Amino acid sequence: MAANPMTQFEVYRIGPEIKIGAFDISFTNASLFMLVSSLAILLIFNLGAKKNSMLPNKIQLLAELSYTFVSKMISDTAGSKAKPYFAFIFSLFMFVLFCNMFGMIPYTFTVTSHIIVTFVLAAFIFIGVTIIGFIKHGFGYLKLFVPSGVPIVLLPLIVVIEIISYLSRPISLSVRLFANMMAGHTMMKVFGGFVISLGIVGGWLPLTFSVALTGLEILVAFLQAYVFAILTCIYLNDALNLHH
Amino acid sequence: MIKKNFFQLIFFYFFFSKGVFAAESGGMPQLNPEFWISQIFWLTLVFGILYIVLSKLILPRISSNLELRKSQIQENIEAADKQREDSEIKLKEYDNIIAKSKLESKNLFNETREKTLKAINIKRDTLEKQIDDEIKKAEIEISQLRKSAPQKINKIAIETSSEILKNVIGAEINNSSISAIVDDLYKKNGNKYYGD
Repeated sequence: MAANPMTQFEVYRIGPEIKIGAFDISFTNASLFMLVSSLAILLIFNLGAKKNSMLPNKIQLLAELSYTFVSKMISDTAGSKAKPYFAFIFSLFMFVLFCNMFGMIPYTFTVTSHIIVTFVLAAFIFIGVTIIGFIKHGFGYLKLFVPSGVPIVLLPLIVVIEIISYLSRPISLSVRLFANMMAGHTMMKVFGGFVISLGIVGGWLPLTFSVALTGLEILVAFLQAYVFAILTCIYLNDALNLHH
Repeated sequence: MIKKNFFQLIFFYFFFSKGVFAAESGGMPQLNPEFWISQIFWLTLVFGILYIVLSKLILPRISSNLELRKSQIQENIEAADKQREDSEIKLKEYDNIIAKSKLESKNLFNETREKTLKAINIKRDTLEKQIDDEIKKAEIEISQLRKSAPQKINKIAIETSSEILKNVIGAEINNSSISAIVDDLYKKNGNKYYGD
């Protein structure tokens, strides 16, 4: 069982079973790592925002650099109109980043390697962006599906494609993150298993791979959080500044 | 795009063949809906709290810290610029003062030199005059002495001659005849002894 690379993704109950009506909302290892990630974020940023010195200390610098990084990302992709959504995108980016990074520690659980988690986030973004789009532009938001400068003959086809691509946004957004995290962790587990099964003689090669993969996975963990956040910005940009 | 489709394919493949995998060694735990509701609940709760705390408490503080620092740096830069301008003006003033005082000192020097030269000239003139007077006086004295010298010498010659004659001859000789001879000799050879 332990050799199964999928075991690491198993969710299990921690503590008693909690039920609301027919729904089981027990505290699980997934909930634990969501909580741990959030607390880590709150701790770091609270320390980073605590006192204002002209010469920031390391943790303050970290908080401020993250702030300006996300702020710049949003203003670059979605413009100045996206400013009210800064806090949400910042929380989203940090939450995904910390969940990914905590998943890199051995024996931890990767929250974002579960499709249901990423899908809930993506669906929330999708619904939110759609609502924002309709509030800002009314039914004019539907012009998003009708690109300008397309021949009349091709228009029905293009509109169908646009609608499908729009509706597949939450799926692509959630699956991208989930699949990346799952694939990476599975691969590391598989190589780890090779190290054990090949032993002291042949285990060095998969061990080397494992070390290299750890570096790669840390990069992927950051990159996927960044991609998740920047795609949210791009969707938001569509809703705020209708370009088509 | 291909990668995305690939993963979607894998996902749907796993999704639809869930039963098969579940029958084996648990399959993909992600597709086991047992804890989906729990995960949704906890995600909403935790992320909601995270969002509220970050947006209401922490991010405004970071933002104000950044703004404050930015404005303070701006202020400092402005103050520094102002001080630099001030110091440049001061430096110009200082240069002016230096140039002025250099000119003044030069003038003062020239004036003093001229004054001193004048004083020296005056003093020298008076001294030269004094010296000239002295020289003239001395010359007059010398010429007087020179003029009186032949008479005195003639007298000495007359007295000496009469004394010699008295001793040689033993008789008194009239002084007037001797003086006639001396006068005669003086007239004859005077220029040889007392030439000007």
